Amino acid sequence: MAEKSLMKGNEALAEAAIRAGCKCFFGYPITPQTEISAYLSKRMPKVGGTFLQAESEVAAINMVYGCAGSGIRCMTSSSSPGISLKAEGISYIAGADLPCVIIDVVRGGPGLGGIQPSQADYWQITKGLAHGDFHVLVYAPASVQEMADMVAKAFDMADEYRMPAMILADGLLGQMMEPVEFPDVEIKMSDASNKPWAANGHKGERKHNIINSLYLQPQELEDKVVERFKRYEDLKANHTMAVADYCDDADIVVVAYGSTARLAKSAVDAARKEGLKVGMFRPVTLWPFPEKELREATKNAKKVLTVEMSMGQMIDDVKLAINCSKPVEFYGRTGGIIPAPADILNKIKEMGGNK
Amino acid sequence: MPDFKRPHALTDAYLHYCPGCTHGIVHRLVAEVIDEMGIENETIGVCPVGCSVMAYDYFSCDMIEASHGRSPAVATGVKRGNPDKFVFTYQGDGDLAAIGTAETIHAATRGENITVIFINNTTYGMTGGQMAPTTLPGQVTQTTPYGRDTSEAGFPVKVCEILSQIDGVALAERVTVIDPANIRKAKAAIRKAFEYQKKKQGFSLVEVLSTCPTNWGMTPVQALERVKTEMIPYYPLGVYKDGAVRNKEEN
Repeated sequence: MAEKSLMKGNEALAEAAIRAGCKCFFGYPITPQTEISAYLSKRMPKVGGTFLQAESEVAAINMVYGCAGSGIRCMTSSSSPGISLKAEGISYIAGADLPCVIIDVVRGGPGLGGIQPSQADYWQITKGLAHGDFHVLVYAPASVQEMADMVAKAFDMADEYRMPAMILADGLLGQMMEPVEFPDVEIKMSDASNKPWAANGHKGERKHNIINSLYLQPQELEDKVVERFKRYEDLKANHTMAVADYCDDADIVVVAYGSTARLAKSAVDAARKEGLKVGMFRPVTLWPFPEKELREATKNAKKVLTVEMSMGQMIDDVKLAINCSKPVEFYGRTGGIIPAPADILNKIKEMGGNK
Repeated sequence: MPDFKRPHALTDAYLHYCPGCTHGIVHRLVAEVIDEMGIENETIGVCPVGCSVMAYDYFSCDMIEASHGRSPAVATGVKRGNPDKFVFTYQGDGDLAAIGTAETIHAATRGENITVIFINNTTYGMTGGQMAPTTLPGQVTQTTPYGRDTSEAGFPVKVCEILSQIDGVALAERVTVIDPANIRKAKAAIRKAFEYQKKKQGFSLVEVLSTCPTNWGMTPVQALERVKTEMIPYYPLGVYKDGAVRNKEEN
């Protein structure tokens, strides 16, 4: 039987990473993700893994690059300003087609910003992130249980598609405590045995492997990028995830992800109690964005409301997904202020939610 | 007399280095040491951004190309995941002593059990000869056209001297490859660095005073002479730190 524990989101994620075979963790202290490092510094030595506190975010992501390049499951975690520092390394990891998991427990920005929950890294994580043509897989958990479940999913998908996968959480999810169950499986330490491309010593059995993102011949580089984008197309077609509630008859569909989706869902439930025809759509993968699921969920809606803990970033993807075929409005708070369900409900009513 | 053959740890690829550049000699020394220790099968090399960026095509062992300056961090990741493998980095002066200073110092302070081959030629070769952290006072480069003015551009970084003060360092030695006697000493230092890694004794670095005839505007012979008359007086050759970092119990 699976054990059930009351844990903080950050700790649940850390424990789940170990159970998913994460053998090495490289991190640098930053609020509000500290519990991940603290937890792994205690647990990793007990299970024969490595916890290393790097000298910087830059060093930590490059340790991940080397470790992942040798075929070992590894992870780093940070919060917004630290993710900016990791951007260079993430581009190299993507350019060398290496699997790894990166956690962003988002805080308010820009600059040093604040330390309270935020979703203001959406653009950074799902769009550019760093130089070059590439994407990373992005999962947005909305509960402590999902923090645990998605880290295992992220490792598996990163391995299968040979690309970095990110968990986009926020201070709220990271710090709050909820019951969490871990599947009753043995802790595994994932090695390079199924990674014939890994640079881990050729043992005289093969030609040397090279982990690299440098291609000086333009045609070679274009071919590499095009091949990568074919994998992205496969992900878009087959691996988007979303949850839709009461959307079939909804006049207004509310779209929100992560902890904001929990708050928006409260507002939607309250609206339904008042007899308003309101639906709820939660993207779970942010890249690839669940476009076809959103089109389906909003096909009968007259309006869409996007709710975010930012000035409105995901709203761009919402508009693109439905091709601006209906009005998309926005409600959000930023700077570390959490949108209140009552305020979201007011916005729904302002938009003319009908009985 | 033994056959003079290409070491197995070097591939058949044609080196792209300029005539008179000493990268080729140092590549060969590293490869000879790998051959003699019989460790090619279990070695992972990390190459830098700089002239030796494509060293991954030249060494027969598994190779990883790092971003600029981050080789010691990349090597740390490889080594922590594979503590029984050999891991070396091959880095130039801009890579190691400017943009990668933090990674160098902290891999050293951790006593990270890796070997660093550090090529000091007092210039950024690949980008066309700009001032490096190791450029000598008064040296003319593309970005110090009137000579390095220490009141504006500061002083050269002495890597071995800095590392000699760090507890995690097992070996910090400065050598050169300007003549056969020095080449033999350089090889002995590289061998020692790999041996220390084998015994898990800590961070080892061999600094090789090297030439860049192209960007120095010299013939290969003039360049070798410059190492002797200008570089060695500023960067004295020798052992700056030698001794196991870890005691037997930890090994």
